[in-house]
Amino acid sequence: MAEVMDYDEVLERFDPVLGLEVHVELNTNTKMFCGCANVFGGEPNTHVCPVCLGMPGALPAVNGKAVESAMRIGLALNCEIAEWCRFARKNYFYPDMPKNFQTSQYDEPIAFNGYLDVELDDGSTYRVDIERAHMEEDTGKSLHVGGATGRIHGADYSLLDYNRAGVPLIEIVTKPLVGTGARAPEVARAYVAALRDLLRGLDVSDVRMDQGSLRCDANVSLMPKGATEFGTRTETKNVNSLRSVERAVRYEMTRHAAVLASGGTIRQETRHFDESTATTRAGRAKETAEDYRYFPEPDLVPIAPSREWVEELRASLPEPPWVRRKHLQEDWGLTDLELRDLVNADALELVAATVDAGAKPDDARSWWVSYLSQQAKTLNQELAELPITPAQVARVAALVADGSLTNKLARAVVDGVLAGEGEPDEVVEKRGLKVVSDDSALTAAIDEALAAQPDVAEKIRSGKVAAAGAIVGAVMKATKGQADAKRVRELIIERCG
Amino acid sequence: MSELIRLSAADLADKIHKREVSAVEVTQAHLDRIADVDGAVHAFLHVNTEGALAAAATVDEQIAVGEVASPLAGVPLALKDVLCTIDEPTTVGSKILQNWLPPYDATVTERLRKAGVVILGKTNMDEFAMGSSTENSAYGPTRNPWDLERIPGGSGGGSSASLAAFEAPLAIGTDTGGSIRQPGAVTGTVGVKPTYGTVSRYGLVAFSSSLDQAGPCARTVLDAALLHEVIAGHDPMDSTSIDAPVRPVVEAARQGATGDLKGVKVGVVREFRGEGYQQGVIDSFDAAVQQLRDLGAEVVEVSCPHFKYALGAYYLIAPSEASSNLARFDAMRYGLRVDGDTLGELSAEQVMSLTREAGFGPEVKRRIILGTYALSAGYYDAYYGSAQKVRTLISRDFAAAFEQVDVLVAPTTPTTAFKIGERIDDPLAMYLNDLCTIPSNLAGNAAMSVPCGLAAENGLPVGLQVMAPALADERMYRVAAAYEVARDAAQGGPLINRVPELEAISR
Repeated sequence: MAEVMDYDEVLERFDPVLGLEVHVELNTNTKMFCGCANVFGGEPNTHVCPVCLGMPGALPAVNGKAVESAMRIGLALNCEIAEWCRFARKNYFYPDMPKNFQTSQYDEPIAFNGYLDVELDDGSTYRVDIERAHMEEDTGKSLHVGGATGRIHGADYSLLDYNRAGVPLIEIVTKPLVGTGARAPEVARAYVAALRDLLRGLDVSDVRMDQGSLRCDANVSLMPKGATEFGTRTETKNVNSLRSVERAVRYEMTRHAAVLASGGTIRQETRHFDESTATTRAGRAKETAEDYRYFPEPDLVPIAPSREWVEELRASLPEPPWVRRKHLQEDWGLTDLELRDLVNADALELVAATVDAGAKPDDARSWWVSYLSQQAKTLNQELAELPITPAQVARVAALVADGSLTNKLARAVVDGVLAGEGEPDEVVEKRGLKVVSDDSALTAAIDEALAAQPDVAEKIRSGKVAAAGAIVGAVMKATKGQADAKRVRELIIERCG
Repeated sequence: MSELIRLSAADLADKIHKREVSAVEVTQAHLDRIADVDGAVHAFLHVNTEGALAAAATVDEQIAVGEVASPLAGVPLALKDVLCTIDEPTTVGSKILQNWLPPYDATVTERLRKAGVVILGKTNMDEFAMGSSTENSAYGPTRNPWDLERIPGGSGGGSSASLAAFEAPLAIGTDTGGSIRQPGAVTGTVGVKPTYGTVSRYGLVAFSSSLDQAGPCARTVLDAALLHEVIAGHDPMDSTSIDAPVRPVVEAARQGATGDLKGVKVGVVREFRGEGYQQGVIDSFDAAVQQLRDLGAEVVEVSCPHFKYALGAYYLIAPSEASSNLARFDAMRYGLRVDGDTLGELSAEQVMSLTREAGFGPEVKRRIILGTYALSAGYYDAYYGSAQKVRTLISRDFAAAFEQVDVLVAPTTPTTAFKIGERIDDPLAMYLNDLCTIPSNLAGNAAMSVPCGLAAENGLPVGLQVMAPALADERMYRVAAAYEVARDAAQGGPLINRVPELEAISR
């Protein structure tokens, strides 16, 4: 049988059902249950303490800021906020989970029954119903060395880093999304993108898919066209970019269809998405449903947010991205098409942040939608995941505006930042990219060029100013393009005058 | 033997603070006693000779310049090996934590140090506090100073035995189902389980989080009260810690010692007698109740109809929580690691399994299996869920009883100390030790055991249990202190003085 079915044929024969689980790492200063710094990376096992290492006797204490972030996320997703809820222990053994249970929430999530309206490419809206948003802690990271699969079984040894253990997470789970038809992959991507924008607007997370601060698991199933009973689903993990979300859903739809059409059955299992091939491979089978033996966490007291607090948080929510878009469009004087381009390029918030950092809207927009978008495409990365910040882009724009850099030099500075050479000013310094604005340095180069081409010099002196172009070119070459051509021309005419 | 070791903590503190004797001398006297008799008793798993003497010297220096850190500054103490100490191993009586040196002090440990209490060492216990005899310790049983062939109670048998053997005037225990009160009863010492949430659990190696509570152990009610005020108080590191002022238990103990209980209503729990109760226990208990009447208390009988389900509920809740709490012992970060240091031979998962197989004793494994089962899908509602409902009913029984009376009384244990080995193969018989103590763990209220005579048939100590409502710990101190005075008057001196002389067998 064919491994996958043609996408159009899939849609003729089946209706897809989607379910998306998104894990968001909060950007609180400290971890969920202890005072350790919540930062990405760091030397292994340097952001740890007895609590997040699960030392005997250590106890959790809830990070109030994380609860607040969870409630703000819930409110922004139009959820109800629980009047009373508890943490629960999810019990399973894995070496990178210090207590061998994850402190999470089970049947009493802090937020539930919400929705997010997602705008699709054709301008229409799809309402994604939210089942729940709950609080939990992240695990550490393990690296299994040796063995064929890179998994714990058969590994020669395992390395464990607990820096991430205890980082606050919010898990946002959708209800089953039906009726998407051909747009299922697009809905999945648009939902994650919209969620990311929303979370960025709330300033509760770095929402970096490449660093794992936003992680998506995509559940996909198919049912025969017109049926009402859902098919068996698979859960695809390791979907690390918006593009991957879309591709993973699409691949699973075509794979499921091929299996079902040939009379096979879908195994309920976890699958891993492979970015390089845009396919998925089987992971852990879920036939014997794992029993996590959930029970209420006895080390923590229930959380009962007062209604006053909830209303206070609701009132202080920032405007939703779609309202914000309207405002920015007006402020920046964009046409509908220009706005659409910005949104489609996933550049709106980046431009806004760049403008906030001091750049002119047109300059900021130009950087993100043209040069940086090209670089993202070349590097096969999301725009937001490029290793350059809006503040850095704003600095480059400022250097151009004050004449320190030409556009060409500015692009070289951006290249340097993308290459990890440091802040824009450091790159300018290290690469020696400053516009040569020192007239004495320029006049020396001009005199040299004039001496080397006496016939041209003579023409200029005789009033044929157009001949200066050859000298300008020579000077630009001599200064490795770092001179301001206009100024060079002025100086040539001055000296030949 | 130095007479210093027979003094109460209050008297020792008085002498130390008046500089009649130095804290170092007092500490040394107890260290000498430990060296003499602990070979026979085996109350201690670790003795911190240097650390104790250094801490005592610091107290002496402070006193010399007029600083007294607390009313117990300079008094030595035996610490149950379930509380983390940065300068001594903390093993919880288990092979899986053999030689483990915690990177931090428990809050209780920290408070003791700050108060100038001198920590002599760590006391033996049933592994992970699971047991009623200290026979489940991976490091061998502790013996009851009243009769070395008998158990000193458990899980805190090391702490209670250290008091009865005059190795320490004060000790810390932890009580999940009776592990402070039952050892107190069978060794003729005082053991207090304060209201749940009033003594921090931070740094207490968890057995059952919703039940575990550290508390003071001593030879007199006043000593227990003094220690209670040192260790109690809100701790932000423990989310279940109650943010309320410490109850005035010392004042209550002093008031009680005046011997007047007029206006106090005492309830006798009807359900705690009958089949399975030793005659000598019942007789001692009845005599104690009569003494309470003589002190002016009004005594009535109350019924707590759901207490009979307490034992069953406890043996579902405690193992369930334990199965999860003990999951962290996986050889990855601390403690025992079996065959884990050869690369490429065993996976991390296999090392974990081998370590848990070798590191946990049979009772711990029994409870992990029991708890894992009770929490499993399909069984949760029937077991863990039902047990939680029973817990609610027991709390209601207490609430109803405390509407009628100020305190409740009952025997602490149905029997006196049994022989080592007698019940080790019969877990159910062992579990019955905690019949009378478990309800207060499930409900979270305060309860204590105070010695109330010796059973006629075997001359072994019996305990009177006094229970008070949550956050009314002072009530039971008042009643127990009044009873203690009347008892000593009636019996011609403290019961503890009748502990047989111990033959010196050094450790």
